Amino acid sequence: MSSREHILAKIKAIPKEASPLPEIPSFESPLGHKAAFILSIQANKGEVITESELKDFIAINRFEKILNLTKGMESLSTQPLPSDAHELNELEVAIIQGQFGVAENGAIWLTDENMGLRVLPFITEHLVIVLNEKSLVSNMHEAYNKIGIQHSGFGLFIAGPSKTADIEQSLVIGAHGAKSLRVVLTNL
Amino acid sequence: MSHPTKASEFLQDAAKAKWHDETLWFVRDKRDNISKTIPEWEELRELASQIKDNVLANLETYLVEFEKNAKANNIHVHWAKNAEEHNQIVLGILQNHQCKAIVKSKSILTEECHLNPFLENNGIEVVDTDLGERIVQFLNQPPSHIVLPAIHLKKRDISELFHEKLQTEKGNEDPTYLTHAARIHLREKFLGAKVAITGVNFGVAETGEFVVCTNEGNADMGVHLADVHIACMGIEKIIPRRKDLGIFLRLLARSATGQPITNYNSHFRSPAPGKEIHIVLVDNGRTEQLGREKFKNSLKCIRCGACMNTCPIYRRSGGYSYGSVVPGPIGSILSPGLDVKKYSTLPFASTLCGSCTDVCPVKINIHEQLYEWRQEITKAQGTNTKSISMKIANGIFAVPFAYKITGAMMRGALKILPDSITYSGLNIWGKQRDLPETPKETFKDWYKKNRK
Ligand code: SF4
Repeated sequence: MSSREHILAKIKAIPKEASPLPEIPSFESPLGHKAAFILSIQANKGEVITESELKDFIAINRFEKILNLTKGMESLSTQPLPSDAHELNELEVAIIQGQFGVAENGAIWLTDENMGLRVLPFITEHLVIVLNEKSLVSNMHEAYNKIGIQHSGFGLFIAGPSKTADIEQSLVIGAHGAKSLRVVLTNL
Repeated sequence: MSHPTKASEFLQDAAKAKWHDETLWFVRDKRDNISKTIPEWEELRELASQIKDNVLANLETYLVEFEKNAKANNIHVHWAKNAEEHNQIVLGILQNHQCKAIVKSKSILTEECHLNPFLENNGIEVVDTDLGERIVQFLNQPPSHIVLPAIHLKKRDISELFHEKLQTEKGNEDPTYLTHAARIHLREKFLGAKVAITGVNFGVAETGEFVVCTNEGNADMGVHLADVHIACMGIEKIIPRRKDLGIFLRLLARSATGQPITNYNSHFRSPAPGKEIHIVLVDNGRTEQLGREKFKNSLKCIRCGACMNTCPIYRRSGGYSYGSVVPGPIGSILSPGLDVKKYSTLPFASTLCGSCTDVCPVKINIHEQLYEWRQEITKAQGTNTKSISMKIANGIFAVPFAYKITGAMMRGALKILPDSITYSGLNIWGKQRDLPETPKETFKDWYKKNRK
């Protein structure tokens, strides 16, 4: 008997009582999504900025390695997506389009088509996500309803910059991944 | 292995023990605060519990469904009856790819299977990439907490360690400085690894995808740069539907650290072009636990660590005192299922206050199971159970080894126990022990006098 059969047979042999799968209510909050979303991003140590603030951020820091995957702001891009993910190691800024945001926790949904290479939002030094404020949803239940049966090889809820508190519980931003997250809210 | 002996060792350093206690309580407090901002919190816990009950009642169906969908997504699915088989499967994949060095993100299952020493004995370099795990790996220690692996260490310890291992400045204890040193060190490892191993937080039967949650982004840095991703998953990690993730992701990080969600929640459904994903589904004692009517609920655990943070014993005895991969209250009901003799003292490392049950996001009746294990263990040791339960009911602990635990622990613990616990009516240990002399004047009197 293979291990698979062995394990499944063992489970099957255990007498079990039926236990129904519950339906999940939507728990929608009546509060405004935009204000809640901005607060959530800030609590996660991200920032919500405007397009012109983004341009200032890039200019002041004299970033030279910028990869933009969004429509619009093409002029900011200094390099195309490489074929090998390892070449992104020195990337300073990645600008990508988010699909929608979640007000209760600041999480933003991305899939393969937004990332180009899956490592992009992690390996870049600074991450910028452009998000339409009309896309905001209240909570994670609404979020998964919106995702529905969407089929992407990789999906990601990203809610802030890389962080850790493993040294005496002191919060440090920039553990392995992006050292900052900026969200540009658009209203188109 | 004896919890009381280890606990008294931990309590030798009173200042550190106090810090440990207070820090974990602070995390517990954050969990309380954030849970109160969600009006439907209790409803979410109930739903999570019901979903997990449904999973346990239909486990084989969901596993088969998960396997079918994962395979359709080009994921390789392996099954392992036990730790040895799991380790062999992982080694086999590494050998197929002629891989000599791997990066690994936090996975309690691979700790349970002792994968690291196994791979190292087979000539493979394993680098744990979660910062806390890398720290304990440098020290050749296991994690002392399932969410906060290095919570037993102070920044001074880490500063010295990094000075030795990563050549950081001597005496520089700044957490930001130390974290960034580790970032540079691990970045190199990420860029060099051909294979990355991760754990799994949730496997979704409906889609065949699995979800991994981190704050550091280390799991993703590893797998997206590597050619091969091996995900090791206990068979109980299955959930039925994608939308069930809505419930669990709302509960997990809030329960674990008091944050609304982990910063990275990655849904792996199929490999990127030219890459490979393997899932190893592991039993290793889970089916036995499922067959134990009284204890099967322990398999609902989502490893948030909340029961540890809240536990008055865990906070005051440290993760290592349990001598098991998963420490704390949940560890004390899981471990005896694996080896009842080895872990016989663990179910007694509890006040049975029930705080673990109160915070558990999937509503596991942890303290009741601890009590059940005590009865099983006592039975196995040939003592008359009826008289013991009567004595427990009377608030008197006369079980010889339980007595030993409480005595040894209390000797250390008294130094740091707040009065409210030491002197509360709930404390059945204090009755057996001489308490330190009480101060001649109360704090209030002293304060009044000294303020003038
Ligand atoms: S038993 Fe409950 S509280 Fe403890 S780690 Fe598991 S899910 Fe969290």
